Amino acid sequence: MKFGILVNEGPYTHQASDTAYQFCKAALEKGHEIDRVFFYHDGVNNATKLTEPPQDDRNIVQRWSKLAEEHGVDLVVCVAAALRRGIVDDNLAAGFRISGLGQLVESGIRSDRLVTFGD
Amino acid sequence: MTESTGGIDMEDEASGTIKKFAFINRKAPYGTVYALEALEVVLISAAFDQDVSLVFADDGVYQLKKGQATKAVGMKNFSPTYRALEGYDIEKLYVEKESMEARGLTADDLVVDVEVLGAAELADLLEEQDVVLSF
Repeated sequence: MKFGILVNEGPYTHQASDTAYQFCKAALEKGHEIDRVFFYHDGVNNATKLTEPPQDDRNIVQRWSKLAEEHGVDLVVCVAAALRRGIVDDNLAAGFRISGLGQLVESGIRSDRLVTFGD
Repeated sequence: MTESTGGIDMEDEASGTIKKFAFINRKAPYGTVYALEALEVVLISAAFDQDVSLVFADDGVYQLKKGQATKAVGMKNFSPTYRALEGYDIEKLYVEKESMEARGLTADDLVVDVEVLGAAELADLLEEQDVVLSF
C-alpha cells in the first residue's frame, strides 16, 4: 500500500513525529511504500539541522535524514509554515526539501491512505 | 510550475484524479495556528479541482462566528476568508449540531451558510471520504 504521511507537531514537545517515524519504518519493513512525508504547522521544526539534543536522547532530525537516505523517502517541509518559524534552506537538514502545500494535496490524491500525526 | 499549486506541475500523475477531501476543523480560531493554516490547505486544494468538504466541530465552530474582533490581541481576523470560499468552488460546509448547541450558537451566528449535521450523520459523511485531514 502507498502511504502519504502528514506530521503536524514539532519534535520533542509532542510524540507525533516519533510515532510518524515509527509508522514509516514499520510500513517500509512490511514492504509498503511511503509516498511522501509532509511537515506542517510546528512539524516543520523536524527539519532544522540546528537541533542538538542531549547525547542520551534520540536525534529526531537525523533519524528522518537517515530514513530519506536509506529508503529514498521524500521529506517535504511546507514553505509558508517554515518561513513563519525561521526554517530556510540554510538550516535545512539533509534529505528535506522546502515546497508548497500543493505537495500535501498531491500526496493525498495519489496515496492509498493519507495518515495524519498530530492532535 | 505555479505558486498557487506549490510548484506542482499539473500535468503529472495526480492530475485528472478527483478524490473526496474532508477538512475537519476542531480548534478555536486564534488560540493556536491550526485554524489559519488549515484554511491555507483548503485554498490550495481548490487549485487541484478536488471534491472538498469542510467540517467544523468542537471549538472549530467558533472559526465561523460572526463579529470576530481581533485587533486587541494583535491577530489578523481571517474569518472573511470563509465567505470567499464559494469563489473557489468550495461550497460544502458542515457544522456539527452537538458542538454548535453546546456552545450556545445557532446557524444565524455564523458568517457563512452551512449545513448542520448531527454527529451520526457526520460520521456517515466522513465514511464516504477518500482523504480526511483533521486540524
